[in-house]
Amino acid sequence: MRTPAIHLSGLRKSFGAVEAVAGIDLEIDDGEFFSMLGPSGSGKTTVLRLIAGFDRPTAGTVSLSGREVTKLPPYERDVNTVFQDYALFPHLSVIENVEYGLKVRKVPRKQRRERAEQALAAVRLADFGARRPRAMSGGQRQRVALARALVNRPKVLLLDEPLGALDLKLREQMQVELKQIQRDVGITFVFVTHDQDEALTMSDRVAVFEAGRIAQVGTPEEVYERPASPFVAGFVGTSNLLTGAAARTVVGRDGTFSVRPEKITIGAEGAPGTVSEVIYAGPVTRFVVDLDAGARMVVVEQNRRAGKAQRGDRVQLTWQQEHVIEIGGDRAA
Amino acid sequence: MDDDQGLGRRRWQLAALLSAPLLWLGVAYLGALAVLFLSAFWTVNGFTGEVVREFTLDNFRTIVTQEVYRNVTLRSLGVAIAVTVICVVLALPMAFYMAKVASPRTRHWLVIAILTPLWASYLVKAYAWRVLLANDGPLDSVIGTPGYGLFAVVIVLTYLWLPYMILPIYAGLERLPDSLLEASADLGGRAGRTFRGVVLPLLVPSIFAGSIFTFSLSLGDYITVQIVGGKTQMLGNVVYANVGAANNLPFAAAIACVPVVIMVIYLAAVRRSGALEEL
Repeated sequence: MRTPAIHLSGLRKSFGAVEAVAGIDLEIDDGEFFSMLGPSGSGKTTVLRLIAGFDRPTAGTVSLSGREVTKLPPYERDVNTVFQDYALFPHLSVIENVEYGLKVRKVPRKQRRERAEQALAAVRLADFGARRPRAMSGGQRQRVALARALVNRPKVLLLDEPLGALDLKLREQMQVELKQIQRDVGITFVFVTHDQDEALTMSDRVAVFEAGRIAQVGTPEEVYERPASPFVAGFVGTSNLLTGAAARTVVGRDGTFSVRPEKITIGAEGAPGTVSEVIYAGPVTRFVVDLDAGARMVVVEQNRRAGKAQRGDRVQLTWQQEHVIEIGGDRAA
Repeated sequence: MDDDQGLGRRRWQLAALLSAPLLWLGVAYLGALAVLFLSAFWTVNGFTGEVVREFTLDNFRTIVTQEVYRNVTLRSLGVAIAVTVICVVLALPMAFYMAKVASPRTRHWLVIAILTPLWASYLVKAYAWRVLLANDGPLDSVIGTPGYGLFAVVIVLTYLWLPYMILPIYAGLERLPDSLLEASADLGGRAGRTFRGVVLPLLVPSIFAGSIFTFSLSLGDYITVQIVGGKTQMLGNVVYANVGAANNLPFAAAIACVPVVIMVIYLAAVRRSGALEEL
């Protein structure tokens, strides 16, 4: 069996009376693009800081490549971090920023410059070495931070919401680039984000955090198609929950069920309801439908045909049986 | 038309608002300084003791050529540099502890502890040190006293001006994001490396800001020197003696120009080094 790149066991962290991390066991494989997804305050960033060594856990252990590092300071751990605010040194030029880690490890000057230039070229900033960080845009700074971490060839790269400060266009572009870079260098990426799209697009596996615990770990598809709890279903995508009486009427039995918005069609038969909201969003339109059975469903339709339902229209919703997810169970109905 | 009138009225309001401070700056502040400079070029009639309002460089010639005044200038400069350096060395760890290590509660109390001595009278504090440093005084019975003199002056001035060094460095550290320290540690930097490579360079403007206080306040001091300095003389004492006993106001003005010139040179050097433009 291969040793995981990161192994967390019984990890807990309290700040005073607040338990930020409430018992986490997790293995992250070598070379994996792993995302920690959750709302703010769910403990994902704290877990990242425990892996990096900026904080010490209240209980539990952190192992990197089979070696326990729980009590080691950050400078003795073979991981590097890309910070949310990038944390570039303002008094150093871009190339000096990238060289910092090599300089600390006493890599000879010539070799150091060479590697730093390669790293800058890898993030397409070859000509920016002489600049100061403050003379760079947000996206450029982000790439400098990436180069500064990658130049040290760590076993694991930790990224703390690195795309959070970028605008949508740049964000999408960086998502693709990050994924490419990760494939090229082949090291483990641990990526913290609160953006479910980001986590689903980029990751090999996703851990969904809820109140200091992991609610579910799995591939993006597993987490999206088979959420383990109503929380996961709601946080990863729109949940469209059917419970109680609504579940009995619409699905035909008791339980908690979910149907993803894109799996529903507005048709001539199925569960009847009233359109309460129509939201046009470019390629798609979202309809909010209040079912007579007592649940509120969101339906997403591609804008391919004219003559859409209007607010107040009576409609009927249909979906295929296989798309009904029973939460906490297997896909079934 | 309405807009023009509105603009005109706003100008008047602005002028009314600024006239008092500008008057103060122009007459009381710059005016006094100008008179000081001007009178430095006058002399005193040796017989009548009256000021002779004729331009001459005699006063400055005396300061430069006579060894006494050169020594006083160098001594004052030495004391100011020593006080500043000791203040930096003491303030850095202190401010670092306050800004980055202590809990918010402890930090709060430490800031108060540093500010409270500033509320007490300068004279009282200087005399307190006179008692402390006295032969057979409290210090003498514990570790021995250096006695009154140059060393005592440095100790007491360091004590007096230390808060003026701690506060700007503390403010500078508060502005320094923790993530920069973490980034340095993350990249393999131990505490010493992080301090030399990240903290110190980013604190240079704060240290200069503090040093302007400690340096200029030490350079011009004469009360502490009188109280704990023994026979030590600094520039301030020479000014004081010439205003009082010697009744030679022009020469006092000329001596007073020495610390002003030194400060101007110091500020120009700081500016030239570009240390203040790094941030």
